[in-house]
Amino acid sequence: MSLAVQTTGLRRVFGDRAVLDGIDLRVRRGEFLALLGASGTGKTTLLRILAGLDAATSGTVLVPPVRTVVFQEPRLIPSKRALANVILGQGRGARAKGLAALAEVGLSGHADAWPATLSGGEAQRVALARALVREPELLLLDEPFAALDALTRLHMQDLIAELCARHRPAVVLVTHDVEEAILLADRIVVLREGAFVTDLTVELDRPRDRVDGDFVALRRRLLADLGVSAKEPGHVGVAR
Amino acid sequence: MTVLTGQETAGLVPPDPPRNTGRHPAASLALRVLGPALLVGLWYAGTASGVITPDVLAGPQDVVKTFGELWADGQMQEALGVSLTRAGLGLLLGASAGLVIGVLSGLSRLGEELLDSSMQALRAIPFLALTSLFMVWFGIEETSKILLISVACTFPMYINVSSGVRNVDRKVVEAARSFGLGRLALAREVVLPGALPSIFAGLRLSTTLSVVALIAAEEINVTAGLGYLMARATDYLRTDILALCVILYALIGLTADVILRLAERFTMPWRKAVAAR
Repeated sequence: MSLAVQTTGLRRVFGDRAVLDGIDLRVRRGEFLALLGASGTGKTTLLRILAGLDAATSGTVLVPPVRTVVFQEPRLIPSKRALANVILGQGRGARAKGLAALAEVGLSGHADAWPATLSGGEAQRVALARALVREPELLLLDEPFAALDALTRLHMQDLIAELCARHRPAVVLVTHDVEEAILLADRIVVLREGAFVTDLTVELDRPRDRVDGDFVALRRRLLADLGVSAKEPGHVGVAR
Repeated sequence: MTVLTGQETAGLVPPDPPRNTGRHPAASLALRVLGPALLVGLWYAGTASGVITPDVLAGPQDVVKTFGELWADGQMQEALGVSLTRAGLGLLLGASAGLVIGVLSGLSRLGEELLDSSMQALRAIPFLALTSLFMVWFGIEETSKILLISVACTFPMYINVSSGVRNVDRKVVEAARSFGLGRLALAREVVLPGALPSIFAGLRLSTTLSVVALIAAEEINVTAGLGYLMARATDYLRTDILALCVILYALIGLTADVILRLAERFTMPWRKAVAAR
């Protein structure tokens, strides 16, 4: 079994608080892992360490050489057009690949648009195209839908599911949205007080149905792990 | 924890996070001092070895001695006092004018339409060209000197402030306006704090220029000040006093810059958290 991520005894200390306290994480190649946790539990810190943006205080980290990040905000360069943002640092030879990536996220018509003229969802799709065009072995998603409206978020979740099924990178998705985690992930871990309190494989068949009994049960269990006592959703269709 | 096998992790690498480049303050200070110290060292080596003769440039030790003599008989304090007052008053007037005009032009479209073209045209005039005209208009006393310095200081301030005000986040301004802030309150509470980095950039440029303008202004019939000291030293070929004055100009500029940097830190406590390095 080949791995895409392996951390051993990973610790990250801010001041005298261990945000990550001995994390052992193994992610298989092609596996979609969702990392759940309440605010401030260190899930973004873990993702930033995997991305190589922050250093761990101690422990070992192994990741693939090609890995890309989609941040919570699009983080596009305002002085470059959409296509130039997608192929950033790849040279002009990557134009065809960049256009293909934009087409995959449904934005072929916006290659020449300035980032400031794009809507929030469009900009985030450009950011996704920028992450995919590099053909990453590890795709890191840091709450990429959090700043989007509910409808756009649903579209983006479908898009991510489809693109990840096609390209099969290993994915680590950081989120606080339990439903999103269940919808997308092969495996879910819950981070609490610096350690994993849950590590489970999602056995539900795809495409997953939010009103399915197993879905609801899993959702309730994960919310309990997160420290939220879930009420029975009264109006399931509009629960979100 | 399962035993790691090489095969599982084949092709994986440790990430390469940016290293913490925080340097010890003492080391940082040492690096800053290095350049000037090297220059003084070269100067000393040149004069002590006789490559540079005293009629070309006096050595650093002579300059220090001369400073001691001039300080002892009170000439230095008087000259510094007079010159710093001129530069300071000129800077105060000029920078204030640049600030006010810059805010007006940055804040309102009418202000920009009315003021910007004239400011750009006036900016193109080398202030040195005004020296004689100012003598005719304002006499040969302090007024013409201070006004010359303030004219020089106005434009860098104006350019930076107006662009800084224009670049303040429109969304924050809009939000503040929706909470009922009037024009004046908006300028005071949102626009000026937002433009502070540019204001300081302008102020630093103006400060440097105030010393440059001081030298030009002190060419006009001086009877006191650093310029007077230099004029007399030229007559007597005293390269030690000339070198001393040059160094003093540099030190004045450096001191002003340090003060402004400290002020920057003090007036913008929110910027510490977002510094990029």
